[in-house]
Amino acid sequence: MHHKFDVNILRRAEVAFERRSFIKKNPSGAFSTMTKLMQWLFGVSLLATAWAVVTFDLFGLSFPPEYREVAWPMPVYLLVSFGCFSLATVGYRVATFNDCDEAARELQDQIKEAKEDLRKKGLKL
Amino acid sequence: MASRKTQPPNRDSKDKYSVLLPTYNERENLPLIVWLLVKYFGESDHDYEIIIIDDGSPDGTQEVAEQLQKIYGKDKILLRPRAKKLGLGTAYIHGMKHATGNFIIIMDADLSHHPKFIPQFIEKQKEGDYDLVSGTRYKGTGGVYGWDLRRKLISRGANFLTQVLLRPGASDLTGSFRLYKKKVLESLVERCVSKGYVFQMEMIVRARQLSYTVGEVPISFVDRVYGESKLGGNEIVSFVKGLLTLFATT
Repeated sequence: MHHKFDVNILRRAEVAFERRSFIKKNPSGAFSTMTKLMQWLFGVSLLATAWAVVTFDLFGLSFPPEYREVAWPMPVYLLVSFGCFSLATVGYRVATFNDCDEAARELQDQIKEAKEDLRKKGLKL
Repeated sequence: MASRKTQPPNRDSKDKYSVLLPTYNERENLPLIVWLLVKYFGESDHDYEIIIIDDGSPDGTQEVAEQLQKIYGKDKILLRPRAKKLGLGTAYIHGMKHATGNFIIIMDADLSHHPKFIPQFIEKQKEGDYDLVSGTRYKGTGGVYGWDLRRKLISRGANFLTQVLLRPGASDLTGSFRLYKKKVLESLVERCVSKGYVFQMEMIVRARQLSYTVGEVPISFVDRVYGESKLGGNEIVSFVKGLLTLFATT
């Protein structure tokens, strides 16, 4: 138990070290070394910041009112669009999920052939 | 008359394919899958061996395996039994220890995976020198047999969620019909910690992390286990837990 605890710490230190060396050599590759969760959080915070800056007019950059009107409901729009896209995609994929009837028939035939051949070769069940 | 013996093209290469077959209570199916493997490897004339890893099946699978060994030869059928039912990852490690091939094929022994696709896997692998080739039910001519609407919906839904969260670059992550370069499988198995469906998913995710190349071949998955609800609430919950763990740690 104790040994496994040490191994996990060592493994994490190893991964962190590899990650740091990689980023030093390829600064632009930092994104790809993040976990998927970190990538999502990073992306979401970028979008959230951009949205907040426009909607609440942070930094006193006076955007034209049209920008603010469009930006304000964006999060809801995007979520709903994604929801619809997901439903449509999964629905389409279920509808076009191939049914391998021929493969099943072929398998049945081959099972008969195999049993016969194995019996001849001396297999006893 | 002197006849010039021409070597069949596939025999020239030094590649050998070790098929790992973890079994548990497959007394009926084992002879059939072995017969099919011998048939398709024989036809495509690739060098191969079949390694049967039985986890102490109470139904006599091991005895059947021994009979098959007598029929087909000890160089083609290798037995690596274990005392009791242990994990899939350890079964692969155990099976690989004495594998003499430079490629490893993993598949289910219950006839849901058909050996006729193996020559296609091999060809695909040579096409792009892929580190691993994965059989996919979701692309091209790939498909399933014996699945009702509920099962298809859950399968596609789970796969969609996986694609969104993990962006894995492969269409079928929970499939277990694959061809690996031996060194690649060895390095992946030692890094993977999950169980069940998630183990197969983690293998592909880690492969991408390590910049291994993944090829895909459409396969047909024939589910013959009727009536048995393999996708109950528990399975779904553990799948989601596993997916979220991979999401947070890879």
